[in-house]
Amino acid sequence: MTESAIHACGLTKRFGALVAVNAVNLDVPRACVYGFLGPNGSGKSTTIRMLCGLLTPSGGEIEVLGLRMPQQAEQLKRRIGYMTQKFSLFDDLSVRQNLEFLATVQGLTRQQEKGRVDDLLRRYRLDDRQDQLAGTLSGGQKQRLALAGAIVHAPELLFLDEPTSAVDPESRRDFWEKLFELADEGTTILVSTHYMDEAERCHRLAILDNGNLVADGTPSELTATLAGRTFLVRSASPRHAKATLASLSDVLSVAQIGNELRVLMRESGASAEALRACLGQAGTSGEVEGTPPNLEDVFVVATRAHGARAEQPA
Amino acid sequence: MNPRRLWAIMVKELRQLRRDRVTLTMILAMPIMQLVLFGYAINLNLRHLPAAVADQAQTAGSRAAIQDMLASGVIELRATVQSPQQLTDLLRQGRISVGIAVPTDFERRKLDGREAIQVMVDGSDNVVQAAAAQLAQYPLDPPDDFHARAEQPVSVVGFYNPQRRSPVNIVPGLVGVILTMTMVLFTAVAIVRETERGNMELLITTPVSRTELMLGKVLPYAAIGLLQTSLVLLLGVWLFQVPIRGHLGDVYIAASLLILANLSLGLLISTRAKSQFQAMQMTFFVFLPSILLSGFMFPYDGMPRPAQWLSELLPLTHFMRLVRGIMLRGATLGDLWPDGMALLAFIAVMLTLAIRLFHKRLD
Ligand SMILES: Nc1ncnc2c1ncn2[C@@H]1O[C@H](COP(=O)(O)OP(=O)(O)O)[C@@H](O)[C@H]1O
Ligand SMILES: [Mg+2]
Repeated sequence: MTESAIHACGLTKRFGALVAVNAVNLDVPRACVYGFLGPNGSGKSTTIRMLCGLLTPSGGEIEVLGLRMPQQAEQLKRRIGYMTQKFSLFDDLSVRQNLEFLATVQGLTRQQEKGRVDDLLRRYRLDDRQDQLAGTLSGGQKQRLALAGAIVHAPELLFLDEPTSAVDPESRRDFWEKLFELADEGTTILVSTHYMDEAERCHRLAILDNGNLVADGTPSELTATLAGRTFLVRSASPRHAKATLASLSDVLSVAQIGNELRVLMRESGASAEALRACLGQAGTSGEVEGTPPNLEDVFVVATRAHGARAEQPA
Repeated sequence: MNPRRLWAIMVKELRQLRRDRVTLTMILAMPIMQLVLFGYAINLNLRHLPAAVADQAQTAGSRAAIQDMLASGVIELRATVQSPQQLTDLLRQGRISVGIAVPTDFERRKLDGREAIQVMVDGSDNVVQAAAAQLAQYPLDPPDDFHARAEQPVSVVGFYNPQRRSPVNIVPGLVGVILTMTMVLFTAVAIVRETERGNMELLITTPVSRTELMLGKVLPYAAIGLLQTSLVLLLGVWLFQVPIRGHLGDVYIAASLLILANLSLGLLISTRAKSQFQAMQMTFFVFLPSILLSGFMFPYDGMPRPAQWLSELLPLTHFMRLVRGIMLRGATLGDLWPDGMALLAFIAVMLTLAIRLFHKRLD
């Protein structure tokens, strides 16, 4: 128990008739980068807000850093950092003023404050922008400023809600470097994303779909469950081949990537032979070879399986 | 409560305000505009109303009575006509606002104590009607007259404002009106804006307490309120020679009480309003009764009972009594303690409610 930074059990949030988060069980170890992967509206922000004590759960138990939420939320607030999905620093204050404000509010002393702000400005490459208004920064700069603001008091636990949704790929890569630096220093990080490549970088992740936690584990654990079920198909007429393969009952999904098709099959009937035969019957030739599964495949399987369970009442 | 944190919030608020051109302009332009508007343009004590006279008696007594009325300055003679019929024609055409008809049997009626002069007014205009009502109370006879009447005509000449100059009455009240308009709105909007922009989600995840947050947002506006007070007083004294007969310190204490009352009301509104627009609507909902019922425009004593009860709930009513008492009658705060206490009670209730209703949560 003391090993986990976050422990939630049966966590549920209803907004009227809508169940935004449905009986989620969660266990986040310390000093780890934990990902929340899910499409828009899957309940990532709502879950994070409940974990921070900003929303009252409709049901379930939460313990964060050994504190019960939402009862002990005020005690928790000194120990966590939260980077909101929407940029929430002050547009009409300068970069430095924003950081100084947050430092004071977080309880840093005057002496600590100056050093810490200078340090953050340097570390997040904002020192040449320190007098610029935050509202006029570029997407990547804003995001670095928001991260600096969230960690100004060196929190033990950092929540990041889709931190990279408004920035270019270069800045995204750079941003993840910063996250791993923080994790190396011992900070536990919970980050939500809808990018597969980002999810792949996490130490552990949970996949959310429609408010349900449909899978969790390390990325390699998750992909290992699909070994032998994913294939690449090269065909002269990929669109025709795609239509043909998609009609096979053992095929769960077919995605076109350039001229190649990525095929995911059911566990029971997964074989390259079946695919070749199918293509042959339809009169389209194609090379079929096995390929390692990725998180996108995990996502497809997890959401399908859950959807199927939901459709058939037990 | 941590003073350093409170200070940080206040500094942040002032820095943001410095960059907010629209609000800054409002803070300065509103008092000046209102003062000039009420002081020069809207003269609530009308003078020089266009009038016509039909004197069918043509006696020395009737001519003297008409002269008295003209001398009041409330009406100005535009025409002399033959019959009351012509007066009603002129009224209907809008050429005059007041018609004065003296019947042929003027002297007889006066002796009998019946109505001797008829004042016809344009009843479609409330202000004119009120002015003419005052006119009708003028004594028809000099004091040495043989007919001392039971109902002594009430003098319209106000004791504390003998020249009936409207700015003298208006300016002290205007301080209150401006503070009510700006203070409630500024605080209500300042907090709702942070919620709308998403800053609030960040703020409530920090260790900032509710009290620090609320006070830190409100206190800078209190300073601004005092600045506005000074501006109106300065201009009032300079442009309209408004007297300050009591202690200036008392005026500022009264203003501070009103400012705090309005700020706490603004805070309460901010905890309920979902958008800046809603905050404005709610502010207006309070502002309108304040203007109408506080005694700023219409005298408190002339209002029906329920309206009087309602007006007792408005901070502006109590401020109006305080500031007029202090500035125009030279009263002290001690003389007017019930109104001071009423404001303090209002502040306590509103502030408690606001802090209770503000949660460091999103739901
Ligand atoms: N305050 C709210 N009131 C009502 N519905 C909400 C509220 N917040 C979120 N929702 C709904 O809950 C669901 C999950 O939203 P959210 O947690 O924001 O998803 P995500 O962050 O994964 O995009 C959505 O359907 C959203 O419309
Ligand atoms: Mg979200």
